[in-house]
Amino acid sequence: MKQANKAERLLLAITGVVLFLGLWEALPRYGFVKPMLLPPPSEIPATFWREVQSGAWLSAVQESLKHYVTGLVLGSFLGVALGVLTGMSRVLEDMTNWVVRLLRPIPGLAWVPFAIIWFGVSPAAANFIIIIGVFWINYFAALGAVQAVDRDLIELANAFGHRSPIARLFKVVLPASIQPIMSGLRTGLGQAWMAVVAAELFGVAGLGQRMMQASSLLATDVVVVYMITMAVLYGIVDTSFVLVRDRLLAWKA
Amino acid sequence: MITISDLTLSFDSDRGRTIVLKDFHLDIADGEFIAIVGASGVGKSTLLRVVAGLVRPTSGTVKRDNPERPGRRPYAMVFQDARLLPWRRVVKNVEFGLEGLGLTAEEKRRRAMEALALVGLADKADRWPHQLSGGQRQRVAIARALAVDPDLLMMDEPFGALDAITRQSLQDELIDLWQRTGKTILFVTHDIEEAVYLADRVVLLAGSPAGVRSADRINSVRPRQRDDEAARHTVAEIRTRLYDYVEQGEGI
Repeated sequence: MKQANKAERLLLAITGVVLFLGLWEALPRYGFVKPMLLPPPSEIPATFWREVQSGAWLSAVQESLKHYVTGLVLGSFLGVALGVLTGMSRVLEDMTNWVVRLLRPIPGLAWVPFAIIWFGVSPAAANFIIIIGVFWINYFAALGAVQAVDRDLIELANAFGHRSPIARLFKVVLPASIQPIMSGLRTGLGQAWMAVVAAELFGVAGLGQRMMQASSLLATDVVVVYMITMAVLYGIVDTSFVLVRDRLLAWKA
Repeated sequence: MITISDLTLSFDSDRGRTIVLKDFHLDIADGEFIAIVGASGVGKSTLLRVVAGLVRPTSGTVKRDNPERPGRRPYAMVFQDARLLPWRRVVKNVEFGLEGLGLTAEEKRRRAMEALALVGLADKADRWPHQLSGGQRQRVAIARALAVDPDLLMMDEPFGALDAITRQSLQDELIDLWQRTGKTILFVTHDIEEAVYLADRVVLLAGSPAGVRSADRINSVRPRQRDDEAARHTVAEIRTRLYDYVEQGEGI
């Protein structure tokens, strides 16, 4: 019964994908829209192969991944570190309270002018925008997680001799807040992707820039190739992250 | 020997000063099992926290005449909720108090396994806490406290959250453990029967501010009977005294 149910759901999922691709193929092929406005999916593999052969695809992916990884790692680290620190210190929390409220609502993209003024149209500018995009998510996830740590567990640490801030941090606070921090990191994975594309649309080399070039030449099939590339890259990153997370949270069951 | 002298604890709040404990005095002989009973909210748990150094007293001292020995902690606590760390396997939970004492990994593991064996859970060492029953979790908490080889083992209503059958078997296990290890135990409970069944001395904490109102020595030989006539008599006496304080409006 359960097995049949599973197969049935898989079949429905496949049907959905086939219908989606069929509709997409039919729209340009039967003249409902111009193929230039919406390239049919059957053309995509050939376009993809051309992009790969010219070397454009690989270099764009490499550039984007460099921005992505640098920005993501720095932004996540800074966000989690400052969030945890603020969560553990009353003084720091009170001191940063208003500054955070002022800076937080400014969207990452609003920093683009400053990024360009400070760093020029360069990888550094892209990194900066990604860092900002990822920072707040992780900062608030970590801050909230640390503040929500069960006081009883802190008391337990005290009762068994772990009274220094360092001991408290590593024996109780971090492990107890790892789950919400991981959720923040995961949200950051997606947010950083968006920031990568946005940053590159302004001319920094990478997937975003390549899409911009293609769209100005009305090469919509190339745009689609890069849209799919992004989706697949994000899918791989997110899936790997979930695998690592589930290992780390094995005790949850 | 542990001497708790003239312990006073007060809190300052907007509504003025609240004195929780006043002039609490207790001498605990090595190897003695002392139970502290009292109405809920009277300050029993707070008293344990002061003795454990988790709360600083307004005045008074807690003195031990045992010398410091490496690889041990002077006090250990068992809370009402087992308070295991869910991200640590059972044996790592038991090692928790051993960390930071300069022991090697093998020593920590050996002592943790010994403590687990004492509570009969050596075979559960690699489980996660959520895979254990409530009674098993509380036994792990007891093992964690025993592992640090404390001069004084403090227990804060440790069986209060368990069902009656588990509670009785854990009470008997605790007596067995106590007799085998010779630990000094300070056991807080609101259950007078439990106190009289377990302890050498039952101290009544009552009044507001709270202090020692009586201390009964329980002389019946072990193993004790739960429905022993003398025990019932002692329970009734302590209960009467406790109710007197509650009725005077001082106890709650």
